[in-house]
Amino acid sequence: MNRQDMIGTAGGDCPEGLIETLKKLTTLDGVSGDEKPVRDYIIEIIKGRVDSWHVDNMGNLIAFKKGTGAGRKVMLAAHMDEVGLLVTGINDNGLLKFKAVGGIETRVLVGKRVRIGRDRVPGIIGYKPIHLQDASERKSSVKKSALAIDIGAKDREQAEEWVSVGDTVAFDYDPVEFGDRKIMAKALDDRSGCAILTELLKNRYPFDLYGCFTVQEEIGLKGAKAAAYAVAPDLAIVLEGTTCYDLTGTDEHMMSTRLGGGPAVTVMDRSVISDRGLFRFIADTAENGGIPWQIKRTVSGGTDAGRIQVSGSGVKVCTIAVPCRYIHTPVSVMDKSDFFNTLRLAQEVLAGLPEWLEKCGREAGSAPDND
Amino acid sequence: MECRELLKKLCSINAVTGNENAAAQAIADILADYCDEVRIDSFYNVIALKKGQGKSPRNIMVTAHYDQIGLIVTGIDENGFLRFTNMGGVDPKVLAAQEVTVHGRKDTHGVIGTKPPHLIPPEDADKPVKMEDMLIDIGYDAEHARQLVSVGDPVSFRFPVIELKNNRMAGRSMDNRSSVAALVEMLKELKRINHDDNVYAVATVQEESGLVGAFMASWNIKPDLAIAIDVCHGDMPDVPSDESFPLGKGAAVAVGPILSREHTRACIRLAKRERIPYQIDAEEKDTGTEAAVYSSALEGIPTILLSIPAKYMHTQVEEVSLDDIDAVARLAARYIAFRDEVIQEGDSHE
Repeated sequence: MNRQDMIGTAGGDCPEGLIETLKKLTTLDGVSGDEKPVRDYIIEIIKGRVDSWHVDNMGNLIAFKKGTGAGRKVMLAAHMDEVGLLVTGINDNGLLKFKAVGGIETRVLVGKRVRIGRDRVPGIIGYKPIHLQDASERKSSVKKSALAIDIGAKDREQAEEWVSVGDTVAFDYDPVEFGDRKIMAKALDDRSGCAILTELLKNRYPFDLYGCFTVQEEIGLKGAKAAAYAVAPDLAIVLEGTTCYDLTGTDEHMMSTRLGGGPAVTVMDRSVISDRGLFRFIADTAENGGIPWQIKRTVSGGTDAGRIQVSGSGVKVCTIAVPCRYIHTPVSVMDKSDFFNTLRLAQEVLAGLPEWLEKCGREAGSAPDND
Repeated sequence: MECRELLKKLCSINAVTGNENAAAQAIADILADYCDEVRIDSFYNVIALKKGQGKSPRNIMVTAHYDQIGLIVTGIDENGFLRFTNMGGVDPKVLAAQEVTVHGRKDTHGVIGTKPPHLIPPEDADKPVKMEDMLIDIGYDAEHARQLVSVGDPVSFRFPVIELKNNRMAGRSMDNRSSVAALVEMLKELKRINHDDNVYAVATVQEESGLVGAFMASWNIKPDLAIAIDVCHGDMPDVPSDESFPLGKGAAVAVGPILSREHTRACIRLAKRERIPYQIDAEEKDTGTEAAVYSSALEGIPTILLSIPAKYMHTQVEEVSLDDIDAVARLAARYIAFRDEVIQEGDSHE
């Protein structure tokens, strides 16, 4: 098999249908711990592309594609879950109290539409009208305790007919293509990674490939731990949607990433220091392939890579991510060219991996490419 | 068109206050189905006339403003992001991570950008973000953005109508499209009952920027009686119970110094007689509505104010009940048709 065959789509635009797949993925709800709707759709996409797949006890979807060569095991991971809310109580007046599942800033909840539970009951999050706020309320930020979900119920008893404490709550926002190649949607973190992973599973590689669609990333990288334990990979690459705040007035070193600057490769974040050699290999692959790329500048945030790295006797990991503005809001924004270039880079990396792994093997005992 | 669909259609129209020109015809087309003639005045007030059957008809004016709060572009920066300020009373706290439509050379989608939490210093966590520090992201570089957008372009919130339980609907611009829906429903009701007087149903402009359209409307029509329809605050936690009204409990009839005592009392008697659900809204000052204009316009126009309770006013999720729209519409129509009867029934207190 030559490289071109494995890459499948050389140059040009995003593979046909992949943007539609991504958009469809963002319309599904998969708040951490409640990922089934997303998982079911991904199974439909990949079942004809892989040799086998199974869903583990936690809900991780693990797909297997037998390699054509010797038995190296490579794990690719993308998390299916998204940030959302959890109904924690129902007030006498029929309003629902909630807590955030994952990192959602209180400010972005005001004036939003949500849907609750598997029945997707419509709800809204309102706020005290500005006319009725006193001077101190006008001068302060959003009061978390004042927020509640309103489904139109008259009282608690009525609300309980439609929703239950413990229901998950997802944002109700449809994707919009706008501007210069931009897509706005909820849950681009990490449906963008999921979409790319479904595409990568189209091809067969010299090594055994485990495509892991993980759960509960947003509440502490939970699913990846179990998935990595089961797979016990030699190497893992995490496909993510990552923070981007490149708005005017932000210091460059605080921008994390820049929209349109290509896939962001992580040197270090809160959860992990990437394998230096693997990072270098990915960076060189981008340079040699003429694929724009960037280093994720800030060291905040964590990814599944942090859990996979410490699995078993340790796994070489690195993260490749699509920059997303306004991440963890219902209106996150990505650039289609970043999305496509992340796919391209992942394809090139997988194509070059056998050679790199072989080199690592030859140099076993000394860290490869550790310059 | 059924009220639910009518309200959705009305809410899909963009008419940021002072920029009603592009919306006036759409409003006129909706009203045209239920009246004898419609005209648009030079300030884009939409005036529908339904003629009365009486020999010497008086003129009744019923108004609901159709403008909405929004934003206006104040600058385009070197990276193509837009700076903005408010048109009407917009709370900066409701702007984070909202979708907008920038009405530039063509309608352009945008998102109001927010700082990720890790970039907000802890000492600023409780401070509100100022409007002048926010940006609209339209996804273009400066050159392309400047081709599409100019300083001064209006910006509307993009938000669909959400159907909630108990016949409730939520979305942006329920203030005051719910009242425009009531205006249409009132005209429908007037088709079913005889009325002697001419009814001018007026969708007015620029209420949110200083009750402006109401001045022109009262001069143009010079009515014998004015009925203003608007929203009042819906009942919600942490707001005073005497300044907010439960949804689904009927039309809020305002009682207060600027409102005609005779007509208001008669209107309440009619609501009782016709079993139309209502609640009393005591307004000690000028009500903050167009009623304030009418009551002292010309030689003073006797004025009634009917309100639809709306929760979360001036957010993107203003919530109203279709039942309350229906109550306001029926009460207005029946008062127009039957008010002489109930006024005569009036007691000596008036």
